[in-house]
Amino acid sequence: MSTWPIHPLRGGVHPPQCKTLSNQQPIQRAPLAKQLIVPLLQHLGSPTDAHVGVGDYVLKGQLIADSANLISAPIHAPSSGIISFIGPQPYPHTSGQLMDAIVIDTDGLDKWCPLEPLADFRTASATELLDKIRLAGISGLGGAGFPTVIKLSPAANQPIKTLIINGTECEPYITADDVLMREKTAQLMLGIDILARILQPENVLIAIEDNKPEAITAVRGALNARSYHVVVLPTIYPSGGERQLIQILTGQEVPSAKIPAQLGILCQNVGTVVAVHDAVVEGKPLISRITTLTGEALHNPMNVECLIGTPAINLLEFAGLQKNKMNRLIAGGPMMGFTLPSLDVPVIKTSNCLLAASAEELPAPPPAMPCIRCGDCAEVCPANLLPQQLHFYALGEDHAQLQAHNLFDCIECGACAYVCPSSIPLVQYYRSAKADIREQAKKLAKAEHAKERFEFRQERLRLEEERKDAERKARAERLAKTKAEQAKKAAQAPKADINSSTGASEDEIKRLKIAASMAQVALRKAQKQLEIHGTAELQAQVEQLSLSAEQAKEALASATAASSSKAASISADDELKRLKIASSMARVALTKAQKQLDTHGTEELQAQVEQLRVSAEQAQQALEAATRAPDAAKKPAKPELSAAEQAIKKAKIETAMKRAALRKAERAEADAETLSALQAELSQAEQELDTLNQTEKADV
Amino acid sequence: MSELLLILVSAILVNNFVLVQFLGLCPFMGVSKKVETAIGLSLATTFVLTLASICSYLVQHYILKPFDIEFLRTISFILVIAVVVQFTEMVVNKTSPILYRVLGIFLPLITTNCIVLGVALLNANRSEYTFIQASVNGFAAGLGFSLVLVLFAAMRERIAIADVPKPFQGAAIGMLTAGLMSLAFMGFSGLIKL
Amino acid sequence: MSMVFISVIALVGLSLIFGAILGFAAVRFRVEGNPIAEQVNALLPQTQCGQCGYPGCKPYAEAIAAGDKINKCPPGGEATIQALAELLDVEPEPLDAVEGEKPQMVAFIREAECIGCTKCIQACPVDAILGAAKQMHTVIANECTGCDLCVEPCPVDCIDMIPVAQTLQSWKWEHPLPPGTLIATDRESLS
Repeated sequence: MSTWPIHPLRGGVHPPQCKTLSNQQPIQRAPLAKQLIVPLLQHLGSPTDAHVGVGDYVLKGQLIADSANLISAPIHAPSSGIISFIGPQPYPHTSGQLMDAIVIDTDGLDKWCPLEPLADFRTASATELLDKIRLAGISGLGGAGFPTVIKLSPAANQPIKTLIINGTECEPYITADDVLMREKTAQLMLGIDILARILQPENVLIAIEDNKPEAITAVRGALNARSYHVVVLPTIYPSGGERQLIQILTGQEVPSAKIPAQLGILCQNVGTVVAVHDAVVEGKPLISRITTLTGEALHNPMNVECLIGTPAINLLEFAGLQKNKMNRLIAGGPMMGFTLPSLDVPVIKTSNCLLAASAEELPAPPPAMPCIRCGDCAEVCPANLLPQQLHFYALGEDHAQLQAHNLFDCIECGACAYVCPSSIPLVQYYRSAKADIREQAKKLAKAEHAKERFEFRQERLRLEEERKDAERKARAERLAKTKAEQAKKAAQAPKADINSSTGASEDEIKRLKIAASMAQVALRKAQKQLEIHGTAELQAQVEQLSLSAEQAKEALASATAASSSKAASISADDELKRLKIASSMARVALTKAQKQLDTHGTEELQAQVEQLRVSAEQAQQALEAATRAPDAAKKPAKPELSAAEQAIKKAKIETAMKRAALRKAERAEADAETLSALQAELSQAEQELDTLNQTEKADV
Repeated sequence: MSELLLILVSAILVNNFVLVQFLGLCPFMGVSKKVETAIGLSLATTFVLTLASICSYLVQHYILKPFDIEFLRTISFILVIAVVVQFTEMVVNKTSPILYRVLGIFLPLITTNCIVLGVALLNANRSEYTFIQASVNGFAAGLGFSLVLVLFAAMRERIAIADVPKPFQGAAIGMLTAGLMSLAFMGFSGLIKL
Repeated sequence: MSMVFISVIALVGLSLIFGAILGFAAVRFRVEGNPIAEQVNALLPQTQCGQCGYPGCKPYAEAIAAGDKINKCPPGGEATIQALAELLDVEPEPLDAVEGEKPQMVAFIREAECIGCTKCIQACPVDAILGAAKQMHTVIANECTGCDLCVEPCPVDCIDMIPVAQTLQSWKWEHPLPPGTLIATDRESLS
C-alpha cells in the first residue's frame, strides 16, 4: 500500500477528544417523533417555498418544499403524516429567532412514497446522476450545508483532478462520521464510485484521522480493487477544515478569493457521500442523518440515525437527558458549535451533534483580560493569520486593516481562543467584525443604488420639463402661425368681403341676372308667338314682357353698377364682354323685328323695329367707346347721348318711318299721288338727317 | 560619493533633524494620527526641503555672495521657501484634494517649519558644500523627517486602540513615545563623526 | 547706497521670477469641480430625506466640503459620522438630531385607505412607490430608504413607517465588549 505524502498542518491544537463517550455503541435508531418540524432553509443559499398546504397528507420522502433559485436544495417529508402548520417555528440558531417551517404530525406508519432508484449508476450519465442528487435535496452534511449538486458541477474548464472524501472529523466529542464509516462502509464505497463517475478525477483520497482505527480498517477492507487512497492523518484540530485538509493532502493553498474547484480539487464529507448513494441507488431523498448525542448530562450518549425535523428534546430524552446536570446545550462541537437557546429546536440537515454539557465539562469562560501580546494565537492559527492583530483592529473597528489582514479567511475554528492565556473570546470579535463589515458593504450598496434611483428620477423630471417646454413652444408657434394666416386671409379676403358687404351681394346679382334672362326668354317666346299668330293680345304680351325684360336688365345693371362702383376694379374685360353681348343681342332683336316688319308691315312693328335699331346702334356705340377707352371709368349700359346726337336720332327715326310708309304704300299698290307724296316726305327726312350728320361731323 | 553617503546617513539617522536636532516638531506631533496623513505630509516636506535647499543654495551663491548682500540671507531664504511651499500646495491640491483638506493648516505651515529654514541656513553656513552636497543634505533631511513621522504615526495608531491608563491618554502618551524614540535615535550618535 | 540699490534690485528680481513661476503653476495645477464633495457624498446614505437641513445628500456633501459639521445625518447614524470623521480627519461628534438614531424603517401604505392621488409618488426621491393616478399605490419595500418624505403629503394619512423586521439572515453577532474598555485598576476605581 503506497502512502500518500502529507504535509503536516501549520498550527493547530490538541484539545481533549472525548470521542469515547459516544462511539462505543453502534448507530441507534431514534424513535419516531410525534411532530416533525422541517425548516424551509437548511442549507446555504435561498430558502425554499412550501409546495404543500396545511391539512395535506404527505408520504415519507415526498417533496414538500423547493426553490426556483439555483443555489438551493429541495426538502422532503421525513415521515408520512398530515401537515399541521406552516409558519415560524423554533430553529437551531444561537439567536433563538424563529424560522418558517413545515410541521408534520406523523401518523406512525412511516409510509414511503414511490421511490425511483437508478437501475445501474455505472451506466448512467453524469447528468442523470446529478439530477438524482439534486432531486434528493442533498446538501453538505459536514457542517456548511452547501447544495451538493452545485459543488459537483464545476465549470467546464475546471476539471476536478483530486476528489477528497473527508472522514477526518477533527472536532472533539463528535463521532457521527466515525460510526458511519464503520457501519455504512459499503454504501460509502458505492457513493464514492458514483462521485468518481460524475467527476472522473485522477485521484480519490479518503482522509481519516488516526484516532479512528476501526473506521480505517473498515474502509480499507471495503476498497477491494479500487484505486482510491486511504490517507491516515495525525490527529490535530482543525485538520478537517476544507482548506486545511487540502493543504495537508496536496500541499496547495487555496487562495483567498478562490474555491478549491478552481485548483481542480473537490472535497465531500462522508455523510454526504452516503446520502448520494442512498439517492442514486435506493432513490431515497435526504430525510435522515446520523447525529451524535453526547455530553456528560446524557445518561446514554450515542449516535442516532434520526429523521430531519426531530425536535432535540426527543433525541436527548432518548439518550437519557438529565436536565439538572445539563448546563448548556450546544449544537455542534465544543470548538465551533453554538449554544442552543431552547430544547425544542429540530434537527436539520447540518446538525451533526447535540452536546448536552455539564458545568464541569464546559465551564463558563473566565472574564477576558487584556491582550499581553504573547503570540500563542498566531502560532496555532491553521489559516496562517495574525489573530493578535485582528483582535486589535477589531477592537479599534478598523475595517480597512481587518480586511488587509485577511479577516475573511478566518474559518472561526476557535484554536486561537482556545490557547489565549487572557481568555479573550477572539472568535467573537472576528465574527462581529465580519458581520459589521458585511453590513457596511450592504449599506453602501444600498446607498449607491438609492443614489442611482434618485439621479435617474432627477433626470426623468428634467426631461419631462424639457418636453413640456418644447410642447409649449410648439403650441405658441402654431398659434402665431394661425394668427398670421388669418391676418393674411383677412388681407386677401377684402375682395370677397367688399363684394359681399355692399348692398348688392354676389347672390343678389346672380338673382337679378337670372330674372333678366328669364324675362328675355319669355319675351322671345312671345315674339315668336306673335310672328306665328299676330294677334293684338300677343302684341300686348310682347310689349309687357319687353318692358319687364328691360326692367330686369336695368335692375341688374344698377346692381352691378353699385357693386362695381365700390369695388376696387371690375375688370375692363368683363365690361367689354357685357357690352359686346348687349350689342349683339340688340342686333339680333333688330333683325328679327325687321323680318317681322317685312312680313306684316304694321306700324307698331315698324316703331319697334326703329327702337330696336336705335338700341342696337347705342349698344354698338357703347362697345366701341369701351374698346376705345378701357381705362376710363366704366359706366354700364346706356351711354349718355348729347343733344346733337339725340336730334340725329330723331331724324333717323323720322327717315326710317317715312321709308317704311313708302314701302307699305308700294305694297298696298296705292295710287301714284300717295306714292309720290310719301317719297317726297322721305327725301325731306333724309335731307334733314344729312344736315344733322354733317353738323355733327363738323363739331367733332 | 562617500561624502554623499555620509551626508545621507548623518541627516537621516545620526543627526536626525527631528529627534536629535529637535527641529520641525509641530507637524511631528500634529499630523501623525494616521499613517496615510503622515506619509502625505512627509512627502510634501521632503519635496519642499529638496527644492528649498537647491534654490537657497543658488540664491546664496549667485546673488547674495557676488553682490555682497549676505545680510539678506534670511529674508531671501524665507521668500524662496514660501514660494516653494505655495507651489507644493498647488500640486497637493491637484493630486489629492482629500489630503489637502486633511493636512489643512499644516501644509502652509511648512513655510514656518524650522527644518526647512534650518537646512537652508546650515547649508549656507557650510560654505564648503558643493551644489550636489547641499541638495543631498536637503533631501536627506526630508528622508529623516519622513522616517520619523511615519514611525511615530504607526505607533500612535496602535496606541489609539490600546488600553492607555487615564492620566496618560491623549498627547501625554504621544510625548512619552516621542521621547523614547529620541532616546533610541541618540543611540546612533558616534556612528559617524561629522 | 549702491548696496541698498543692489539689494533692492536683487530682492525685486527674485520676487518677480518666483511670482512668474507661481503664476504659471497656478494655471497648470488648477483644480476643477469639488472632488471632496464627491467623496463625502459617497459616504452618505442617499436617502435624500432632508433631515440634515439640506435638500438632499449631494447638497449636504457640498456643505461638508465647505466646512459644515458632519453630525447632521440621522439615517447615516454613528457609522456615517465615523466614516466622515476618518475621511476628513476631524473629530467625530455625536449625532445632532432631535430623535437620535432610529432603526431602519420602511414605508407601508394601507391600501384600503389609499385614494390614488399620486402625491406620495411625487414626493418619493427614489421612485419607490408604484402606482398611477386613480390606481392603487404601494411601496416597493426593497427600494424604500425610510426617508419619511411620503408621509406628509398623503391627504388621507394612510402611510405608516414600520421598522424593518429582523430576520435570521439580518441577525449578526454582537460585539463582545464595548469599545473603550478600561483596564482592571480603572474599572475597580470606578465601581
